[in-house]
Amino acid sequence: MIEVKDVCKSFEGKTILHHVSATFYAGKTNLIIGQSGSGKTVLMKSIVGLIRPDAGEILYNNKNFLAMSDTQVRSLRSEIGMLFQGSALFDSLTVLENVMFPLVMFTRDSYKERVKRAEFCLERVNLKGANQLYPSEISGGMQKRVAIARAIALNPKYLFCDEPNSGLDPQTSILIDELVSDITREYNITTVINTHDMNSVMGIGENIIFLNKGHREWVGTKDDIFTATNEAFNNFVFASNLFKKVKEYMIAKGE
Amino acid sequence: MLLQKSLSKFGSYVLLMKRTFSVPDRWSEFFRRLLAEIYKLGYDSIAIVVTISIFIGAVITIQMTLNIMSPLIPAYATGLATRDVLLLEFSSSIMCLILAGKVGSNIASEIGTMRVTEQIDALEIMGVNSANYLILPKITALVLFIPVLVVLSMFTGILGGFLVGWFTSIITASQYEYGIQTMFNEYYIWYSIYKSFVFAFVISSVASFYGYTVKGGALDVGKASTESVVVSSVMILMLDVVLTKLLLQ
Repeated sequence: MIEVKDVCKSFEGKTILHHVSATFYAGKTNLIIGQSGSGKTVLMKSIVGLIRPDAGEILYNNKNFLAMSDTQVRSLRSEIGMLFQGSALFDSLTVLENVMFPLVMFTRDSYKERVKRAEFCLERVNLKGANQLYPSEISGGMQKRVAIARAIALNPKYLFCDEPNSGLDPQTSILIDELVSDITREYNITTVINTHDMNSVMGIGENIIFLNKGHREWVGTKDDIFTATNEAFNNFVFASNLFKKVKEYMIAKGE
Repeated sequence: MLLQKSLSKFGSYVLLMKRTFSVPDRWSEFFRRLLAEIYKLGYDSIAIVVTISIFIGAVITIQMTLNIMSPLIPAYATGLATRDVLLLEFSSSIMCLILAGKVGSNIASEIGTMRVTEQIDALEIMGVNSANYLILPKITALVLFIPVLVVLSMFTGILGGFLVGWFTSIITASQYEYGIQTMFNEYYIWYSIYKSFVFAFVISSVASFYGYTVKGGALDVGKASTESVVVSSVMILMLDVVLTKLLLQ
């Protein structure tokens, strides 16, 4: 479990996060949603330590991340997997080498064991026959799968996904969402997904945190969405005609 | 304001070097990357070093011959002057200025692209010291390989002079050969190599710094690459004066 308490962050006098607090649960897909510029990425980068917050606490299983020594941070990071918006695969390495990379750096496994584990992870994300290809030779969806395989190679306790569906077609987006959701449950990972894709929110949102202009405005599950009364949240979620109609239909149905 | 900005940048550079010069997470991975960098930064530069050195050696020989042509100056002086120009200045300083363009821009754009595509963030998230992992093999590779390039440049530069002797009537090959052996000071070679160690460090570390600290997108990577070449070239020229004063006096 990860707890964020009263986190604040400003850049050059402009406050991006205003006393944000949230809890992210193990075995659940926790979503941070909000408009572009609402502070989602800053919050996620603060949680993983790529940005240092100005104030507040970030607790990984009750241990304050911001008070940890460099050694403790590095140890914790070996338990973290992250899927970046642009996949962030290493251009100079093949698909298999990318997945093997964390194993090379952090395990004493033999080469054969590393290959076996990497191949297992690639199979787990349903990617076969691409082992010897370079990231530039595979599609965006495949790159995301490789990135997921790399993120789970070390059996992480925490998985962070920064806009995992960006640049993907709706079908591939759903596949990636389902994959992340399945892996989360299968390995009891604390997964935090940063998204503004409403299909993801409706599909896998087990714990949703809505950010608006740096403030945490709403918390709930995908089932609470239709009964939410927060105006900013409703404006965001039901911005498209399709979702407005869905809401009207659901209300008419009495759900 | 400019001074404050420069000092701030220098401070960031020192902090980055502090992170870079730490014990690698995996020695095997460090040596694998070191070999790859020696190939990419060093071996791949041999062709340009040889080509430029041969032609510049030939041009220096022609210019020396034409400029010092006098009954009072012996013909072999051309060989002597060409050799000293190549050994003292061209093969170390000028060659490193050229390498600052080729190798420096390569390093800055490679690391800069990794930064803007979040590959460096991915390394950090995994718990890898990205500065150490990416930069240390590059600095070590260039510092280790630069003497090879310097000596090769000296050899091929002098060979370029020979070619002038063989293929033209400006100077004879035997006069040139006599000249390059006259009053030879072995220390000049060491002096060049010592200088090149410093220049190699400047080229690789400055380019790495500009690449590592880039913010933005592709355009900013290009800017960082250009800036790294300009800064390392200026630093090479300034350090050349200092090192010449220290090593030759």
